[in-house]
Amino acid sequence: MNRLVILIVLIFAASFAHAIDPLPFKDRAEEVRFQNLTRELRCLVCQNQNLADSEAQLAVELRRQVFDMMHSGKSDEEIKQYLVARYNDFVLYDPPVKAGTLLLWFLPGVLVLIGAGVVFNILRKKSRQPVVATDPEEDW
Amino acid sequence: MSPELGQFSLILALLLAFVQFTLPIYGAWRGNATLIGLARPVVAGQAVFVVLAFALLTYAFVTQDFSVVYVAQNSNLSLPWYYRFPAVWGAHEGSLLLWILILNVWTVAVATFSRRLPDALMARVLGVLGFISFGFLLFTIATSNPFLRHLPALADGNDLNPILQDPGLIMHPPMLYTGYVGFSVAFAFAIAALLGGELDIAWERWARPWTNEAWAFLTLGISLGSWWAYYVLGWGGWWFWDPVENASFMPWLVGTALIHSQAVTEKRGSFRAWTLLLSIFAFSLSLLGTFLVRSGVLTSVHAFASDPKRGTFILMFLGVVVGGSLIIYALRAPKVAGGKAFKFISRETLLLINNLLFACAAAMVLLGTLYPLIGDALGVGRISVGPPYFGFMFVLLMLPAICLIPLGPFFRWAMADWRATFRALRPALIVAIVAAIAAKLMTHDLPLRGVAGVAASLWVGLGIILYALNRWRTAPRGRRFTPEMLGMILAHFGVSIFLAGVLITEATSIERDLRAAPNEVVEIGGLGFRFQGVQRTQGPNYIADEGTIDVLEGDTVLTTMHPQKRAYSSGSAPQTISAIRPGLFSDLYVALGEPLDNGAWSVRIYVKPFVRWIWLGGLCMMFGGFIAASDRRFRVLPARADERAVVPATSVPQAAT
Amino acid sequence: MTRLIPLLIFIALVALLAFGINWNKHHEMFEVPSPLIDKPAPEFTLPLLYEPEKTLARKDLLGQPYILNVFGSWCPTCQDEHPILTRAVKPLGIKLIGLDWRDDPADGKRWLAQFGNPYDAVLTDPDGHAGIDFGVYMAPESFLIDAQGVVRYKRIGMFTPELIASELMPQLKTLGQPVTTK
Repeated sequence: MNRLVILIVLIFAASFAHAIDPLPFKDRAEEVRFQNLTRELRCLVCQNQNLADSEAQLAVELRRQVFDMMHSGKSDEEIKQYLVARYNDFVLYDPPVKAGTLLLWFLPGVLVLIGAGVVFNILRKKSRQPVVATDPEEDW
Repeated sequence: MSPELGQFSLILALLLAFVQFTLPIYGAWRGNATLIGLARPVVAGQAVFVVLAFALLTYAFVTQDFSVVYVAQNSNLSLPWYYRFPAVWGAHEGSLLLWILILNVWTVAVATFSRRLPDALMARVLGVLGFISFGFLLFTIATSNPFLRHLPALADGNDLNPILQDPGLIMHPPMLYTGYVGFSVAFAFAIAALLGGELDIAWERWARPWTNEAWAFLTLGISLGSWWAYYVLGWGGWWFWDPVENASFMPWLVGTALIHSQAVTEKRGSFRAWTLLLSIFAFSLSLLGTFLVRSGVLTSVHAFASDPKRGTFILMFLGVVVGGSLIIYALRAPKVAGGKAFKFISRETLLLINNLLFACAAAMVLLGTLYPLIGDALGVGRISVGPPYFGFMFVLLMLPAICLIPLGPFFRWAMADWRATFRALRPALIVAIVAAIAAKLMTHDLPLRGVAGVAASLWVGLGIILYALNRWRTAPRGRRFTPEMLGMILAHFGVSIFLAGVLITEATSIERDLRAAPNEVVEIGGLGFRFQGVQRTQGPNYIADEGTIDVLEGDTVLTTMHPQKRAYSSGSAPQTISAIRPGLFSDLYVALGEPLDNGAWSVRIYVKPFVRWIWLGGLCMMFGGFIAASDRRFRVLPARADERAVVPATSVPQAAT
Repeated sequence: MTRLIPLLIFIALVALLAFGINWNKHHEMFEVPSPLIDKPAPEFTLPLLYEPEKTLARKDLLGQPYILNVFGSWCPTCQDEHPILTRAVKPLGIKLIGLDWRDDPADGKRWLAQFGNPYDAVLTDPDGHAGIDFGVYMAPESFLIDAQGVVRYKRIGMFTPELIASELMPQLKTLGQPVTTK
C-alpha cells in the first residue's frame, strides 16, 4: 500500500507543480492573510506539507477555493469550518480546542505547574540548610 | 564476494559486542580484574569489524555493484561519483550501519581517553555501550541487512532520491548521528554510576566534556538540517516541526538541560538525580527518534520505509534499554539529596528552573508529535498537530528562560546578590527596551514578534557581553577566562544571535507569487526583480529549465539569479532548485514555477531579512560547546587509590575527592 | 515512590507506541476518516456523462441505497479497481453510480469505452467541486449511501475482495436499519 501512496503522490507532483500560483490579490494585506491561512492548513494528498506549499492538484484547487471564499467575505474561521466539514479536523495544523485535545493543550502547562511545585519544595529544603558563601575565585 | 565478507564482519562484530557487554560488567560486579581488562581489547575488535563492514558497503557503492539490493535501490549508473559515498547512508539499512559505525567511534574514543578512571567504572561504561551496539547490530542483521544480494545482478539501479543529491547529504546525517549517538556516553556513564554506587558520581567531571561535545555535534547536525531544508526544498522554510525534526530536537532540549545540570552536579554535588535522569532521557529520546523514523508510526517526509517487524524490534530494544535503565534508577538512585545547600536566590535555583523549562519543552514536543497517535488511540479522530501548536507552546515555555539567561553567569553559587546583578545588567535592559521601541517606530508595521526579537536578542546578547566585560575587569590576570567560561559566553551569545534571526525573519519576511513577464520589473522589499526569461540547460544526470532574474537596487544590478527546474534522467519527480543570494542581513530567494502565456513564468520571490543569523547562532552555540569541552580542568580527576580494581566495586575506595 | 514515576510514564509510552505499530498494520496512514459518516450526503446536481443535457441530483437518488464510486481516466489505481467493481461489487445487486472526477468528459467516455462501463449511471464533475463537497482527496474512493440519503461508509482507495468481504458486506447488512442522522 505504501507504493500506492508514493505512486499517487508522484503522479500529482510530477504532472503539476503548481504550488507557485499567482493569484489576483486585492492588496498586500489580503496576500499575507492568504499565506498565513494556507500555512495553517494541511494538504491531504501530500500529507507532510501545508496547503501553501503543496504541489498537488487538489491543493491548487483548495487554494483557489480558499481564495474565492476570502473574496466573498468569509472569515478565516468560516473557511476553516468549510474544510473541516468536508475533510475532518485533520486538515487543521492548529488543533481545535475541544474535548479530544484538552490533553494536548493543557498537559504542558500542568507539567510546568507540577514542576514548579517540585522546584519550590527543593528550594525550601535546600535554603533551610546552612549555606557557605562561595569564594568568587571558586565560582567556576 | 565482498558483500558476503561484509555480512560476516557484522556477525563477528555482533559476537564481540555480546562479549563486550556481558563479561566486563560481570567482572566489575565480581571484582575480577581479568574480565574487566577484556573491555578495551574487545571494544577495539568490534570497532575493526564494524569499520570493515562499512568500508565494504562503501566499496559496493563506489564500484556500483548492483548485485547488492541496497546499492541497486539507492544509486544508478548516472549517479555522479561524489554522491556514491553519501548514498551509503541514503536509506534505512545504510544509515543504521552509519549509526553503528559512529557508536563504535565514540566507544573507541571513550576507551582511549579514560585511563584516569577506575577500571570497574570503565568496564561498566564500555559494557553499556556494548549493549547498545549489540542491539543495533542484531537489528541490522536480523531485519535490515544492507548486504542482501540480488542475483543475477541488476543492470542498473533506481536512483538516489534527487533531493539527497546535494552536499547537504554529505554532512547532515553524519553530524546529526554523531550528536545523537554521543549522548550514549553520558547515558553509559549514568548507568555505570548507578550500578557502581554513589561515589561514582564524583567522577561526573569526566563525563562533562563528552556530553558537551555530543551536544555541540547535535547542534551542528540540526543547524545543517535546517539550512539544508531551506535551500533544497524550495519553499523558504527552515523548520517545520515535522516528526523527524522533532525527534532530533527533543534530545537537544534535554541535552541542553543535561549539560547545565552536569555542571551543578560536578561543582556543587547537587542535582544528582536530575543529572542521572537527564542522561538517561537524552539518549532515550535519541533511541525514540530512531524508532519514530523507521517504524512508520507517524507520517513524515523524512521517514524511511516503514515495516511493522522493524518497528516492533526497535520498540522492544527501546523497552529493554530505557525500561532497564529506569528500573536501575528506581533501585539505585541516590537516596538522600546530596550536595551543598543554596538559597532561593542563587545560580542553583536558576539552573533548576532551566532544567524544568527545558524538560517541559521536550515533553511538550513529544506530546505534540505523538498526539495524532494518541488521538487514534482515544478514538477522537485523526488530529494534526503542526507549527501553530509547537511554535506557540515553545515560545511560551522558553519565554521565562530567555528572561533569566543573562542572570545565570552573574548569580553566584549558593547565595547570589541579586541587586548587584540587576545593577550590572541594567544597561542591557535599557538598551533592549529602547531599541525595541525604536524598531517599532521606525519600521512600518512591525509585528510583535519583530519587536520581541529585537528586545530578546539584545537582552541576552548584551547581558552576556556585560558579564564578559565585568569578568575582564574584576578577575585577576591570567585567570580571567577559562575555556569552560569562554564556551559558555560564546554559546549564550549564539542564543542571542539565534533569537534575532528567528524572530526578525518571521516578522519581516516577504513572500510573493508573481507572474513574471520578460523585462518586467517587480518591486519587493525595496529591490527590483527583473525577469529575463528561461532557457534549457543540461547537468550530469538531468535536464533543466533555467530562469534568469536580475536584482536591481535603483538602476544598478546587484546580482543575477538562476533558479532551475530539473527533470532527472532516472524519471524521479522533478526538482525545484531555487536560486538564493545569501547575505548577512538579508537573503534573496527565487523559485521557478510554471510557464504561463507569452513567455511569462510564475515565480516565487522571497526577501528574508536576518535568516542566516539562525544558523550563525547555531554555529556559535556549537563552537561554545566544543570550546567548553576542551577545558583541561575536566581532565584533572580525583586521585585513584589503586591502578586496578582488586576489591569489589561496592566497597568504598580510598580515593580523595 | 517518586523514583518509579519515570518508569511508569515510560511504560505508558511504550504501550502507546505498541498500539501505534498495531494500528499501522490495519490502517493506511494516508486514510483520513470522513466527517460525513452518518450524516446526509452533500447536495449535488451533476450532468450525466452520456447525456450531458440531463442532470442527476441527490434527491433523485433517494429511495434506494447506492454506491457512489469516484474515478478518473488519469487514475491508474482505478484501472486496477475496475475489474473488481465489475466482478465483485456489481453482482451484489446494489445500485452503482460512477463519478467521473476532474476529468474531461471525452476522456471519461474514452476510458469507460476501453475498460467497460459497470455503472448504472455516470456523473461528471470536471471542475471537482462536487468531489470537494464529498471530501474526496484521491481516487478511487467510494461512498455507500442509504435510501434516506445518509452516508454510511466510505472507502478511501480501491476495493479489494478482502475489503468487500470485511467492510462492505457488513455495512450492506445494516442498510435495513435506519440510523439517526446527526
